[in-house]
Amino acid sequence: MQLESMFQEIILDHYRHPHGKGLREPFDAQVQHVNPTCGDEVTLRVTLKDSGGEAAVADVSYDALGCSISQASASVLTDLVTGKQVDEAMRIAAAFGELMRSRDGAAPDDELLGDAVAFAGVAKYPARIKCALLGWMAFKDATAQALAATGIGRS
Amino acid sequence: MDVARIRKDFPILERTVRGSRPLVYLDSANTSQKPRQVIDAMTGFYERHNANIHRANHELGEEATEAYEGARMKVAAFIGAADETEVVFTKNISEAINLVAYAIGNATTAGGPARLALRPGDEIVISEMEHHSNIVPWQLLCQRTGARLRWFTVTPDGRLDLSALDELLTERTRLVALAHQSNVLGSINPITMIAERAHAVGALVLADAAQSVPHMGIDVSVLGADFVGFTGHKMCGPTGIGALWARRELLEDMPPFLGGGEMIESVWIDHSTFAPPPHKFEAGTMPIAEAVGLAAAVDYLTEVGLDAVREHEQVLLTRALDAVREIGGVRILGPVEAVDRGSAVSFIVDGVHPHDVGQVLDDRGVAVRAGHHCAWPLHRALGVQASTRASLYLYNTHDEVDALVDGITAVQKFFGVA
Repeated sequence: MQLESMFQEIILDHYRHPHGKGLREPFDAQVQHVNPTCGDEVTLRVTLKDSGGEAAVADVSYDALGCSISQASASVLTDLVTGKQVDEAMRIAAAFGELMRSRDGAAPDDELLGDAVAFAGVAKYPARIKCALLGWMAFKDATAQALAATGIGRS
Repeated sequence: MDVARIRKDFPILERTVRGSRPLVYLDSANTSQKPRQVIDAMTGFYERHNANIHRANHELGEEATEAYEGARMKVAAFIGAADETEVVFTKNISEAINLVAYAIGNATTAGGPARLALRPGDEIVISEMEHHSNIVPWQLLCQRTGARLRWFTVTPDGRLDLSALDELLTERTRLVALAHQSNVLGSINPITMIAERAHAVGALVLADAAQSVPHMGIDVSVLGADFVGFTGHKMCGPTGIGALWARRELLEDMPPFLGGGEMIESVWIDHSTFAPPPHKFEAGTMPIAEAVGLAAAVDYLTEVGLDAVREHEQVLLTRALDAVREIGGVRILGPVEAVDRGSAVSFIVDGVHPHDVGQVLDDRGVAVRAGHHCAWPLHRALGVQASTRASLYLYNTHDEVDALVDGITAVQKFFGVA
């Protein structure tokens, strides 16, 4: 049974009890992303704040229809990026993308990725990588739009 | 039919997956596995006869041309075509449908024959149960020509809603494009009856036979459709080759789709004239070895006998439908009895996403498809986001159906929904 390498308890926990789920007001940008292979979708909102002249993530809220991997991934994402400087959040998103592209789940950065290291097992299943990345792609898109809309940290 | 003997013809069925699990391949509606006979025919062609066709004046060229045109004759006989020139080879059925759509579009923009050219207000009728291949080309054609797209809806039990027949088929209808058998629901549509009604209002009919040709004998001379498309890789043949059948006089009227080598009669610098069908629609070097492989697949299915294939699948289908229905918390999409339906079984496991269902099954060696199966509008119409599909073919066994059923129970257990 290799299933446990993908469905680690931590992933199933996030799936059954997602963190930060539900769309909240106010927000600076909202995006909708779809996984065209299965029709899974996520609507995701980002709210930014000014943190000492730098943009930081005040809130990420989302509504998602999808499989355990995409749901758990969005839940982990909100835990990891909420409250972080946007630069730091983008580093985390990049590290998560890196982890998903490393077929063997090579040595993820625990400190940066926290619970997200549990997704290393997903990287072995190419068909599921898009599921894990769905929320993260939406987050990157929404954050870029929110930065443009608010102008925080631009000066 | 001796399934044990059939299975010996398919080398891939001997392999294990995900460690040491025997492969239980239930994804033949996606693509079928290939018998040794097909693999050998293609290898043999490359080893002994490879050359380009219709243009090489040497012995190999003659042999290759004979093999390619011989394949066309075999395919024509397999589907009951009056003449092999009514069979056009394409890359797959998507290209076959696009060929018809572009020929109609080209007839519309270049003042082609009246029975093909569309006028604004003309209508093309499809259905909610179509594969994207039989939806998107018509959407694009409508955008190019100003024609209007209309569609049959689907009843809750997964049949075409024929109560709208009179309302949908009118003197404005120019083309009706329908699946012969749904790739998700398995439902077999009454093409012959619908074609009669469509012809009565002057419309042409296209049947997407990708899911029917591999599993039942079809005879285009009585089916009633004017165009029939299918693909090689779902019928034990290779990828990269499909076919469009159409009546000769229609093919003669249709403007070409792709331009290039070998589809011409004469070329001047500013204009060209075209070869007669089917070559008018076969631009460039065609998939020659693939045609040889398809011919071997036709021979293989003919030798086994499509009646025997269908009978075998119907027995397995009944077993699968009955057993899956017995599991609580599982819903079958489409007809739940093995009547007027093929052997694709799509289902929803309550509380578990199809991707997760597929993952647990895959871990047990059971290969199925999860998602919308290129039939997104159908899933929306049925009020579900996606589904899991198990599809059967001649090489599947009772034990494999049982492995599916056990797997679904394991899915429920793993995700704690039963």
